[in-house]
Amino acid sequence: MSDSAAGASAKPSALLEAVELTKRFGALVANDHVSLAIRAGETHALLGENGAGKSTLVKMMCGLLQPDSGELLYDDAPIMFPDPATSRAKGVGVVFQHFALFDALTVVENVALGLAGHEPLSALAERIRDCTVRYGLAVEPYRRVGELSVGERQRVEIVRCLLGDPRVLILDEPTSVLTPDESENLFRTVDLLTDEGRAVLFISHKLDEVRRLCHRATVLRGGKFIAEVDPKVETSSSLARLMVGAEVPRTPREVTHELGTPRLLIKDLNLVGDGSRGSALHDINLEIRAGEIVGIAGVAGNGQTALFEALSGERPASDPESIVIDTVPAGGLGPTQRRALKAGFVPEERLGHAAAPDMRLSDNVLLTTHGDGEIVRAGVVRHSVLNARFAEIVKRFDVRFGGKDPKARRLSGGNLQKFVIGREVLREPVLLVVDQPTWGVDAAAAGFIRTTLRQKAAEGCAILVISQDLDELLEFTDRIAVMCEGHLTAPVPVGETSREAIGLAMGGSQGGDAGTGGAHGH
Amino acid sequence: MAIRLERQETVPPLGLIAAPLLALLFTLVVGAVMFVLLGHDPLRAFTIYFIEPLTDPWTLQELVVKACPLLLIGIGLSFCYRANRWNIGAEGQYVVGALFGSWLALATHGTDAGPWVLPAMLVLACIGGALWGLIPAFLRVRFGCSEILTSLMLVYVAQLGLDYLVRGPWKDPAGFNFPQSVTFDAVAVVPLLMEEGRMHAGILIALVAVAAATFVLGRTLIGYSIELGGSAPRAAAFAGFDERRVTYGVFAVSGALAGLAGIIEVAGPIGQMQPSISPGYGFTAIIAAMLGRLHPVGVLVASFVLALTYIGGEAAQISMRMPFDVTRVFQGTLLISILAADVLVRYRIRRVEGASHA
Ligand SMILES: Nc1ncnc2c1ncn2[C@@H]1O[C@H](COP(=O)(O)OP(=O)(O)OP(=O)(O)O)[C@@H](O)[C@H]1O
Ligand SMILES: [Mg+2]
Repeated sequence: MSDSAAGASAKPSALLEAVELTKRFGALVANDHVSLAIRAGETHALLGENGAGKSTLVKMMCGLLQPDSGELLYDDAPIMFPDPATSRAKGVGVVFQHFALFDALTVVENVALGLAGHEPLSALAERIRDCTVRYGLAVEPYRRVGELSVGERQRVEIVRCLLGDPRVLILDEPTSVLTPDESENLFRTVDLLTDEGRAVLFISHKLDEVRRLCHRATVLRGGKFIAEVDPKVETSSSLARLMVGAEVPRTPREVTHELGTPRLLIKDLNLVGDGSRGSALHDINLEIRAGEIVGIAGVAGNGQTALFEALSGERPASDPESIVIDTVPAGGLGPTQRRALKAGFVPEERLGHAAAPDMRLSDNVLLTTHGDGEIVRAGVVRHSVLNARFAEIVKRFDVRFGGKDPKARRLSGGNLQKFVIGREVLREPVLLVVDQPTWGVDAAAAGFIRTTLRQKAAEGCAILVISQDLDELLEFTDRIAVMCEGHLTAPVPVGETSREAIGLAMGGSQGGDAGTGGAHGH
Repeated sequence: MAIRLERQETVPPLGLIAAPLLALLFTLVVGAVMFVLLGHDPLRAFTIYFIEPLTDPWTLQELVVKACPLLLIGIGLSFCYRANRWNIGAEGQYVVGALFGSWLALATHGTDAGPWVLPAMLVLACIGGALWGLIPAFLRVRFGCSEILTSLMLVYVAQLGLDYLVRGPWKDPAGFNFPQSVTFDAVAVVPLLMEEGRMHAGILIALVAVAAATFVLGRTLIGYSIELGGSAPRAAAFAGFDERRVTYGVFAVSGALAGLAGIIEVAGPIGQMQPSISPGYGFTAIIAAMLGRLHPVGVLVASFVLALTYIGGEAAQISMRMPFDVTRVFQGTLLISILAADVLVRYRIRRVEGASHA
């Protein structure tokens, strides 16, 4: 169907066009005379490394940021959007990379805030449920947003945007926290929209999906326009080369190494859903040994957040023996005590959970390192040591930003992700629990993060990775378990399972157990 | 048509410094209008209010006397406000601190007690203020009550308690039935710094508090946990800082400093217990904390600015027969304009046309 759309309109008119947009943040030029035309009936990809300026461009195209120079054309006429409300009213819908939802409100209340009309909430809730059916993006209208995981919030944002009935739909990395099935549903929706003559701008670091879905691609590098290409004739590696300006190394498949003693033992872990935050966990059992990476797949909102918080110590378990870190019963310990056992944690939500948005990056280093004894002595922060660590994270993990030490909020999504991963890895943990390790990082950086984690495993670290990205889990974990409705299946070695078996288990069928059975049969 | 506030993507750093200055300027403009409406020459009024106090050694000392409690309380409030805990009841903690300290002064009255009395009074005052501050903290942690309401309401409880004591059990039997206690003994009085004037050693304690608070807030893990808890509560929990402990901690510090300010005032310039021991220091200190950007050194500067409005107000009362309420108006205007200036720096104002349907 996408072929017909592209073929029928050889020279479709531009709905929304950016002409020579420039945006500076202090000395940093985030967008340098960037032009881009989103055409009716087309899906246009915007590609570039972390910090290339993609989100900045999007923000200017909807009025969240004002360009320093250049102009916007809407239906070929110059236009100025003073704010996103105006552009939304004119039919430009945006799903931002960092969500703009109010935690204290329910899904339907959040959606109502974004719409201008005065529709009764019950009617709106009905429409949201319709969306669930029509677009295959499950959203429960009366849940409080604060309880939702990142993947669920992403679905809410997309549904909210679609309900506004936009002519131009801009999606800033929508698929990085969706499962393959959800992404598939989203692609179908996007195809439907373009078939109706609407226009879509699509940002993603997953080049395979870009090549499948998009009719045109604009590549940015260092804030500059590099090329406009046809992604269907490019290969993933030629696109990556355009983005990076150099050859991108593949993640090396790891060499096998001996597994050591169990670093993490979860035994009959149960958590009661406390209503306001997180769901319940039922009889979770898992063992991770030094040197291995275990992945947890599953649709967001099936208890992954609760599991993460139970492991990090934010939600202590009632039975101390239910979580054992390096032979120490840790179920009743708080986060700092668990870190003292050389455990490290990276939550999925970067802004507000992994990092304090309005504090400087160097101060955010302290967030997880304050118990390590080196940076804080006798309760006093040693700023020279802290700054040295900060510089090391930035250097080793190639965190790029404008200025010397900006607030965490000012970093591009992928760069902040590299920062929070680097912060944990440099603590030299023996157990690492990572939720969504490569959310929003570009292909090169994602490869780097995976390689680093593999390397850590080879050095004897036990790693638990929670991810909605099944391909990622298949690529670099040793065993995969599936989380569904608070239950965890027994992990299966990657070589002995398949996308299909895992997909079935994610849906909650007995397929997961069948997969386990298969493993035993081997 | 509606007006909407939108968060600015980039906050100009200059704006953060300029905001309090702009607020001051705006307050002066409002003041000028007020003087004209009251039928006074605004220039003369400003001279009496803000210039003359600075030219006279005696009022300069008074400035220090007035700034001292504002500074002590304001520093404590900075701890609370940084942690996003809104202690509005410093006035009550001030009173209870004064009561605890005075109890010892009255209990040792006429007993030839040694020089340990004053230090012990200071310690008792800290304990009293902290205990009073811990009540709203407890109610918040345990029951989720808004600390804004509970701390404020406890002010009235404390004031009525003070009133009862000085009109009842603590009344000086030889005091012609005036609601006052006996005058404190010499060992229970904060020493003066100079022979002439009323400037007392309390300001030295306040300056020590500035230094200590600067260090704790800027250099220690405790300061970091307060800041983080206020800025991103979920990240603070992830970092392993217990929200409840931070709440108790900041209320205890803030209550203790307010209590200390209370006893220093009573055992210093006042010298005895009486029904009114504060011209609203506990509330004015809120303005000092905000105007000083919750930084101890900023609060130091802001305390003197606000002390000036007190002194100027007294002078204008005497020489221009202006009601003392004018001072309150000044202080209130200042607080509102600081808060408004902050909003204007951080947010953009947008006019939204009504009925903008998608
Ligand atoms: N408000 C801001 N103030 C200062 N610098 C900013 C601001 N917003 C973005 N930047 C900087 O501008 C550059 C481009 O950021 P942008 O968010 O557009 O990148 P991106 O291409 O979306 O990256 P990612 O793939 O990581 O999301 C980055 O270096 C970032 O640090
Ligand atoms: Mg981005």
